[in-house]
Amino acid sequence: MKVQIDSDRCQGHGRCYDLAPDLFGADDEGYGQVLGDGLVPPDREQEARRAAANCPESAVTVLEET
Amino acid sequence: MSVDDRFSQELREERYERETGTFSEVITGPVSDWASDFSHADPEWAADPFPIQDDLRQRCPVAHTERFGGVWLPTRYDDVASIAYDTERFSSRSIVISNFRPSLDLAPVGGTPPISSDPPFHHDARKLLLPAFTKTAISRYEESTRAFCHSLIDELNGQDVVDAAQDYAKYIPMRVIGDMLGLPADDTSRFAQFVEDTLETVNLPPEERGERMRPMFDYLYEQVREHVDNPRDDLTTYLINAELYGQKLDPNHVVGTIVLLLIAGIDTSWSAIGASLWHLAGHPADRMRLLAAPDLLPTALEEFLRAYAPVTMARLVKEDLHFRDVDMKAEDWILLSFPAANRDPAHFDRADQVVIDREINRHAAFGLGIHRCLGSHLARMELRVALEVWLSRIPEFSLADPSAVSWSTGQIRGPRALPLRIS
Repeated sequence: MKVQIDSDRCQGHGRCYDLAPDLFGADDEGYGQVLGDGLVPPDREQEARRAAANCPESAVTVLEET
Repeated sequence: MSVDDRFSQELREERYERETGTFSEVITGPVSDWASDFSHADPEWAADPFPIQDDLRQRCPVAHTERFGGVWLPTRYDDVASIAYDTERFSSRSIVISNFRPSLDLAPVGGTPPISSDPPFHHDARKLLLPAFTKTAISRYEESTRAFCHSLIDELNGQDVVDAAQDYAKYIPMRVIGDMLGLPADDTSRFAQFVEDTLETVNLPPEERGERMRPMFDYLYEQVREHVDNPRDDLTTYLINAELYGQKLDPNHVVGTIVLLLIAGIDTSWSAIGASLWHLAGHPADRMRLLAAPDLLPTALEEFLRAYAPVTMARLVKEDLHFRDVDMKAEDWILLSFPAANRDPAHFDRADQVVIDREINRHAAFGLGIHRCLGSHLARMELRVALEVWLSRIPEFSLADPSAVSWSTGQIRGPRALPLRIS
């Protein structure tokens, strides 16, 4: 599984780094960033889905197969 | 370096004289039909807007009123979202609906940038502020906020019934944003009056509304001049020194942004904290559940923000246009109700219920698109800390007199009287 952020959609609500701090961080202006290569360890898959499902701008996507 | 005289009283008076715009007829009196004559300044709307919005969403999803010179009210999530995203056709030149439309010359800056700004200026004005409002930057205020919440609870000691809106919720954001702006702590209690004079006067004759708002501008100009003389590490000094396009900011920009940070920093969190306590006071099962499982609080807060979203925004139609089934005219207002969007059953399961463990909650309480609430991380911190402290210190509480609860009118909705029995 892999996570992505569409930076054109992201407005810095920060739901992704609130809900999945191991997978997402913030840049200096608060916009969401994928940490590392975006590959999701198996024990973080639930968090990844939750972050995507709670993004108000639908900027976070989860690719189930990588 | 020359003296910074951008904020002198003389220059300010000159600008004040030049302020122009158009006035609409003040229409008061009870609403005859919510689909064609709605008023967000009506007491029925203030007391409980949700049944009205639910009804409109079914029978007239883009309602209209002749009040305020013409306003449209979309109540479906998709319509609210599409207007929020469409900055080409809908301007943020003024975001508080009243009987005064500021001059078109004010765009793209608006009176209180960046909330009142349109692209492309908006992006640059917002960029100046973003670093100060990231989650990391805001976390520096958590400890002092927590200590302040405890001191407020200490002062409630010995009373059976307290007003949680006036004696608790209100002071938390007033103090925090006052500190961030570098305004004297002794002045804190004045800020609530500034909020009321700005947001609850929308249907007064515009001249009278202007007069009501003048003391706030007098006060803030005075504070800015004091900061020019005595610069320090706070947002006011930061804005005084900030530059855009190689120049210091226009004085209207500096003071307008301070007005925005002060007003939007207070009424919103005040409302969110109050509405959350009101819910918990009236729903003992939810309160008990949070006491038993404090880890649920962050999830519950998002649900309170969805169900009792305090903030409704506004837009102005730029050019005549067709939207859904209606023809909108240039300069019509849009009442952009994020609370109504958040209760749309097409977008939320059990939209009319407060489900404190709602896992999927793509709510729009902080807006959508480029104007996402700059202070959302601050608001979430204040709300979380305020409730953590309250629940730890006063786990047992209930509504002392449900009929004595009153809610603010206008675009920001939250309890303004909230008597709670705490013993």
